[in-house]
Amino acid sequence: MSWDWQVFCEDTLTREAGSSCFGQGGDITYLDWLLSAWGWTVSVSLLALLLALFVGALVGTLRTLPDSPWVVRLGNAWVELFRNIPLLVQIFLWYHVLPTLFPTLQAVPGFVLVVLALGLFTSARIAEQVRSGIQALPRGQRMAGMALGLTTAQTYRHVLLPMALRIVIPPLTSETMNIFKNSSVAFAVSVAELTMFAMQAQEETARGVEVYLAVTGLYMLSAFAINRVMAFIERRARVPGFIASAGTGGH
Amino acid sequence: MGLQLDWSFYNWDLMQNFVLKGLGFSLMLTLVATLGGVLFGTLLALMRLSGRPWLATPAMVYVNGMRSIPLVMVILWFFLLVPLLIGRPIGAELSAVLTFVAFEAAYFSEIMRAGIQSIPRGQVQAGMALGMSYGQNMRLVVLPQALRNMLPVLLTQTIILFQDTSLVYAIGAYDMLKGFEVAGKNFGRPIEAYLAAAVLYFAICYALSAGVKRLHRKIAIVR
Repeated sequence: MSWDWQVFCEDTLTREAGSSCFGQGGDITYLDWLLSAWGWTVSVSLLALLLALFVGALVGTLRTLPDSPWVVRLGNAWVELFRNIPLLVQIFLWYHVLPTLFPTLQAVPGFVLVVLALGLFTSARIAEQVRSGIQALPRGQRMAGMALGLTTAQTYRHVLLPMALRIVIPPLTSETMNIFKNSSVAFAVSVAELTMFAMQAQEETARGVEVYLAVTGLYMLSAFAINRVMAFIERRARVPGFIASAGTGGH
Repeated sequence: MGLQLDWSFYNWDLMQNFVLKGLGFSLMLTLVATLGGVLFGTLLALMRLSGRPWLATPAMVYVNGMRSIPLVMVILWFFLLVPLLIGRPIGAELSAVLTFVAFEAAYFSEIMRAGIQSIPRGQVQAGMALGMSYGQNMRLVVLPQALRNMLPVLLTQTIILFQDTSLVYAIGAYDMLKGFEVAGKNFGRPIEAYLAAAVLYFAICYALSAGVKRLHRKIAIVR
């Protein structure tokens, strides 16, 4: 078997290699397609990450509220619901089922539905980490806040969350890398991201190994890049003399 | 509600013909991948902890490599490469089994590594002082305790693994989700099929994780 990297310079319609590996005058080569697919993967992942961080931090915090058993139960139900259904099934629910049940959703593009599915799926996992981060703090901190006359909201805002959110950075790092990997499931509802590209380009060109290698390389590059960004955030946010606990993985 | 749901065609026959067939494969895949994953994962963990670079480095590259690629891509890779290497096509189901064993070994190896490292060094030294060989020490002293300490984490990973089996969708293997999907297509009721799939996955995974939580408490008290 021999390599044929020229395949990326071929036009996607005529299968002819032009003078440049980038298409000209509206033509699209496989390289163009690959890069645009990478763009979709990064967009889906980053938007889902934003949603997941926001919802996850909120739900995780609500689950630790004192004296509000119903809020805690609701938060726990949220986590159980999104954690116990496979991501692929959740994407089908968002893409096929919800727009049928609620016709207003039919106007929403598939890309947005996938971001919602991936974001809320991940929010449950982040909520779990934020909850355990807050509960890992010594109880005296909450009590000290109360003793100073802070309200519950103030205790969270000024005492608990600043420390808890730092504790959860290492597990969040692995979660941000997971979100890039999990975005690959969007292929199932025809979002033109990397895995979708891999499957279609493999079919069309029969150069599966080259196509898969390029796609796998871009996934690894993305995961590595987001890992470095998170490590940078962790360094900048570190409180001197305080050692954050190590996180655990998952996929 | 834009549509009236119709569950009338969900009877025992349909469950048996479509869903149970797929559920059987999903469970078999989960079981084989867990057993194979723990076995090869333990070997990988022992390689990484051996202190010999020619064993530790390949194991580390393998584990970190697998863990940085999406599972769907690994499934596609195996489906493409295995037939190229052995020169004849293998079915989607067999390809899925090979993929999951290879992929889960990387994740289980990290769990086993943590489990082995949780055993105090004094125990290994005590074993050596008693004249046990490396193999005896691992088999009789370290691994039984590591397995027990890590049991809740291993089982949680197995639940995640069960959910991940739905990803064989990418190569068209017939698992539980596929069973629901085929049933939905045959009866022209895909919406009900996806909903039923979600409910069944939820019921299974919720029950299993409740069981794991219980076990965790039990083990934690004994220790």
